[in-house]
Amino acid sequence: MTKTLVLARRELASYFVSPMAYIVAALFLMGSGGWFFSEIFRQGNEASLRVLFDGMAMMMVAAVPLLTMKLISDELRSGTIETLMTAPVTEVEIVLGKFLGVLALYVILLAGTAVYLVLMALYGQPDAGVAVMGYVGMLLLGTAFIAVGVFASTLTRYQLVAAIIGIAVLALFTLVMPWMVRTASAPLNHLAARLNVMAYFQDFSRGTFDSRGVVFFLGSAVLFLFLSVKTLESRRWR
Amino acid sequence: MIDVQKLTKWYGRVLAVDSISFHVDKGMIVGLLGPNGAGKSTTMKVLTCFQPASSGRASVAGFDVLSQSLEVRKNVGYMPEAVPLYPEMRVREFLAFRAALRGIAARERAREIDRVAERCWLSQPENMLNRRLGELSRGYKQRVGLAEVLLHNPPVLILDEPTIGLDPAQIRAMRDLIKSLTPDHTVILSSHILAEVEQTCNHIIIIAGGRIAANGTPAELRQKVVGPSRVVAEVRGCEQAQLLEAAKKLPGVIDAEISPHGNWHRLLIRGGENSDLRNDVFQMAAGRNWQLRELRREVASLEDFFVQITYQQNLRTGQRLGATA
Ligand SMILES: Nc1ncnc2c1ncn2[C@@H]1O[C@H](COP(=O)(O)OP(=O)(O)OP(=O)(O)O)[C@@H](O)[C@H]1O
Ligand SMILES: [Mg+2]
Repeated sequence: MTKTLVLARRELASYFVSPMAYIVAALFLMGSGGWFFSEIFRQGNEASLRVLFDGMAMMMVAAVPLLTMKLISDELRSGTIETLMTAPVTEVEIVLGKFLGVLALYVILLAGTAVYLVLMALYGQPDAGVAVMGYVGMLLLGTAFIAVGVFASTLTRYQLVAAIIGIAVLALFTLVMPWMVRTASAPLNHLAARLNVMAYFQDFSRGTFDSRGVVFFLGSAVLFLFLSVKTLESRRWR
Repeated sequence: MIDVQKLTKWYGRVLAVDSISFHVDKGMIVGLLGPNGAGKSTTMKVLTCFQPASSGRASVAGFDVLSQSLEVRKNVGYMPEAVPLYPEMRVREFLAFRAALRGIAARERAREIDRVAERCWLSQPENMLNRRLGELSRGYKQRVGLAEVLLHNPPVLILDEPTIGLDPAQIRAMRDLIKSLTPDHTVILSSHILAEVEQTCNHIIIIAGGRIAANGTPAELRQKVVGPSRVVAEVRGCEQAQLLEAAKKLPGVIDAEISPHGNWHRLLIRGGENSDLRNDVFQMAAGRNWQLRELRREVASLEDFFVQITYQQNLRTGQRLGATA
């Protein structure tokens, strides 16, 4: 556990000296800010908070893989994987450490969006339930998205490829699934509905707590972290 | 301390290490010597648990590299070939990170870092420990890599080409440092340079083409590999064919050849092991009234042996490449 935290801390610290983290943070905050203000004028207070969360979730499809792409890929490319994996740490500790490092950054990023809530509170009455559940949903969605990103990063030594794989997988579950729910026929659309990230997320962004969503997001996170550990282990054998 | 038995490593269809076995006792400094692509780094990667062998067994500090990998890794300090480091980290930050990863208690870290920094010549320019790793020169990266390896005082050190990229003064300092690690530590290092291994190590394993070509102390190797001795002589006053015929008739001659050298014949005779043909050559020339101006016995050096091995390996791999192309 301590080693996991040591690895997580190093990972988090490395983001503070990486231009990519600042670029992603700036784009995300600008994007969500722009989205928020344009919605607030169009729809008024009530709906805008929900729309803000939905928009933030969509942005994470691109933002998370851009943050996670370097995690293992860069260690593979630079060769530091060799010193890392010959240190007395297990693959589980490595994967969890990287995961927690990004999760910490993700929470910091989310905290930045609290500014919008403060602004809303100044000019009106934002729904506290929506706000709290929205953040719970963002956190759950984050764990699943980051796990996918970690996994993509274990697959290749090229960061760009890792980012593309991550974005593709996340887009499949966030954008393609809702579309399939609407257009596909009988058995397929039911399956799509069960895998539709946005459907689970929108329960939270409406201000309700959905245990199926918790299971879906945390289950996906565990699954992809498990796959990451297995891929990393299999790297030794190549 | 280290025991390797019939270790074999395939990379896909490339055979990198071919059934090698060797044993290293505690406190020894072992040099893995071999040409490029001999399998030195591959052997080290197996010993440090970075990659598993395809077959065979290896144990380090009494632990099996496959089944007790974590124990092995606790007892080994490994410096890979290219000394990979995180470019964005500062030297002290990196050493603290590795110390934490090695389970060194927080309050002891600063002291340990200062100790290894002192030992690896990193304390000198005042701000050294605050520099970013990505900005360091090759030699300084090497020093950081070595400092990192010494942090947790491991009983076994595995250093892949530790002196490559260092300046001459540093090479000497590194050599002294490595020597000072005995008898508490056991060291395996790799190199292409015989002279270096000869000076640093008390045991040499020469590998080529994934196999062990020779194995022993420098003195033992010299004894073992000093093959046929050669006698060089320069003779005048006879025909080339005449000289060759006479030379080949000398007792114990394996092979003789002649090349012109000005108006002298340069005669090269290979005799049996430890033979000395100088007197026979002198008698031959004197008996026939030929003029003799040089007479010298050459003993093959370890260097010759190593060059020969390298040459043979290159020839083989060259053929292999030629065959697959
Ligand atoms: N990851 C890899 N994939 C495929 N082949 C490899 C890999 N690593 C090494 N090899 C091959 O294995 C053989 C041994 O390589 P190794 O790196 O062990 O040699 P070396 O003795 O360390 O050489 P050098 O002195 O150049 O460092 C070479 O033929 C090399 O091409
Ligand atoms: Mg090598």
